[in-house]
Amino acid sequence: MLRFLLGRVTLIIPTFIGVTFLSFILLHLVPGDPIEVRAGERGINPAQLAELRHEYGLDQPLWKQFLDYEMQIARGDLGQSMVTRQTVWHEFKALFPATIELTVCPITFALLIGLPLGVIAAVKRGSAFDYGLMGASVTGASMPIFWWGLMAILVFSVALGWTPVSGRISDQYFVQQWSGFMMIDCWRSDDAGACRSALSHLILPTCVLGTYPLAIIARMTRSSMLEVLHEDYIRTARAKGLMAPRVVIVHALRNALIPVVTVVGLSVGGLLSGAILTETIFSWPGVGHWLIESIQRRDYPVLQGGTLVVGILVILVNLGVDLTYGFLNPRIRR
Amino acid sequence: MSLTQTTAVAPPIAAPGSLRLFWRSFAENRGAVIGLGVMVTLVLLAAFADVIARHSPIEQYRTHFLTPPIWQPGGDAAFPLGTDDVGRDMLSRLIYGARLSLMIGTSVASLALLTGTTLGLTAAFAGGVIDIAIMRLMDILLVFPSLLLAIVIVAILGPGLFNAMLAVAVVTLPGYTRLSRASALSELARDYVAATRCAGAGPLRLMFSTVLPNCLAPLIVQVSLGFATAILDAAALGFLGLGAQPPTPEWGTMLAGALQFYQRAWWVLAFPGFAILITVLAFNLFGDGLRDALDPKLKR
Repeated sequence: MLRFLLGRVTLIIPTFIGVTFLSFILLHLVPGDPIEVRAGERGINPAQLAELRHEYGLDQPLWKQFLDYEMQIARGDLGQSMVTRQTVWHEFKALFPATIELTVCPITFALLIGLPLGVIAAVKRGSAFDYGLMGASVTGASMPIFWWGLMAILVFSVALGWTPVSGRISDQYFVQQWSGFMMIDCWRSDDAGACRSALSHLILPTCVLGTYPLAIIARMTRSSMLEVLHEDYIRTARAKGLMAPRVVIVHALRNALIPVVTVVGLSVGGLLSGAILTETIFSWPGVGHWLIESIQRRDYPVLQGGTLVVGILVILVNLGVDLTYGFLNPRIRR
Repeated sequence: MSLTQTTAVAPPIAAPGSLRLFWRSFAENRGAVIGLGVMVTLVLLAAFADVIARHSPIEQYRTHFLTPPIWQPGGDAAFPLGTDDVGRDMLSRLIYGARLSLMIGTSVASLALLTGTTLGLTAAFAGGVIDIAIMRLMDILLVFPSLLLAIVIVAILGPGLFNAMLAVAVVTLPGYTRLSRASALSELARDYVAATRCAGAGPLRLMFSTVLPNCLAPLIVQVSLGFATAILDAAALGFLGLGAQPPTPEWGTMLAGALQFYQRAWWVLAFPGFAILITVLAFNLFGDGLRDALDPKLKR
């Protein structure tokens, strides 16, 4: 087990260095000199330019600059925003809980609905329900979610007035920030109205962002269940005279879940992609919204640092999924 | 005399051609046939956009701002699906948009296919350090959420349709590379490859004319599904203002332009997005059907 663990951890080191290299090269590919870009339209005289170039180490050879960058990251320094003068890590930390909310809620929503639907479709294979669900699933997987979100706002917020249009909570509530997670903070503040408001703000983004994982999970569960239902041990369980629901849920679903769990774990990156669009549509103050704004403001250090953090995060999540998978399934540990 | 007779009788007995066999198993999947139908319609719309569309996609009718569709009160027969905020005909813009979307899909998919296959085959044939280097690079590209990576690339290169297509091609590259490497590796272990090698075929011939044709089936499926991804991602970039720039009638860009008005004029929002959905759905259905028809292992 220890060897498996160490093996997986060493495997990510080259990926890790590669990711930092990619984010390092990012700033160098931007047309124009970084210092001149930073100086903006005010311009800068050549003497100052040379001095600043020296200060930032830009007169060094590229490999030296890269090594310095690696050391800087190893110290936990991700750079500084050119607009707000805050460190990138500081800004990221403040916005990240909002994005976690917008990742965990859709996945939970998708699992709660997708799993049972997939199981039913597999058990009733070839039925109208099965065909209907598979049709809905491929439609959900083809959905341009930026359009889907706007249509949802148009119908549920503007026309029907059921949910708020955007944001995380109504302006009338002030919630003391403690964890950064709106639901937890509202819970702590003991304000029922604030809780309801935060919850109602979360419903629409959750459903919209959850559409794609829901489609994928329903489909995966169905095909994985179909495979398992043909196995000998299922026939044995049936022959023993066990009740059909028990066979399906206890014997089949438990084994069918392994690939589904892997897909869920590995789709975190995809969810972050979706979060960029969803946060933009719902004015959700999260990491995706922040990155898009950094592009519009040409705040390249934020884009660089933010992309790097997201990349590292995905590596760590994938590693976690890998290890859990190895833990669940002893066969792949070797 | 008898010889001609046998040849005349022969065709009906002959086994159906592989194309016909393929069509038979493809046509079993109703969704795939519908997808193909939509694709053909889109191609026709794109090819004859100049004839079909009644208006220019960028002409602004100053007297018809935000005209609703024909079936709503205030609709105008000249603009069946209404007009946008500067008085451009929605239907004509959508038709010209089909041209752009297909162009985006074709360019992105073929660019990614060509580069990805070459990289994948090189990795499989060369092995060793080259293999590791190429595959590690692909792993690194896969680490980043695809849309984020595309956004970063466009942010560096500057917004625009061409750069957006380039970005989406880079983002979808790892899929093709991994797929072609994996299937080339499994082909390389076969006897016919060893035989060709013994017969003195050079590495290039071995790569492209011996092994590649046998790896094509999964790649064809990947291209069809890649079309869908390319159109979706390019539209998302357009929506974020990083893809095609106004007044280009690209569907994602049209949605971005609709943002300020959609609460008053639903048609400005509904139709372009629906067009994206239908197109992406058609390519996905077609790709799924193609996979079922081409991969005998999945057939039940």
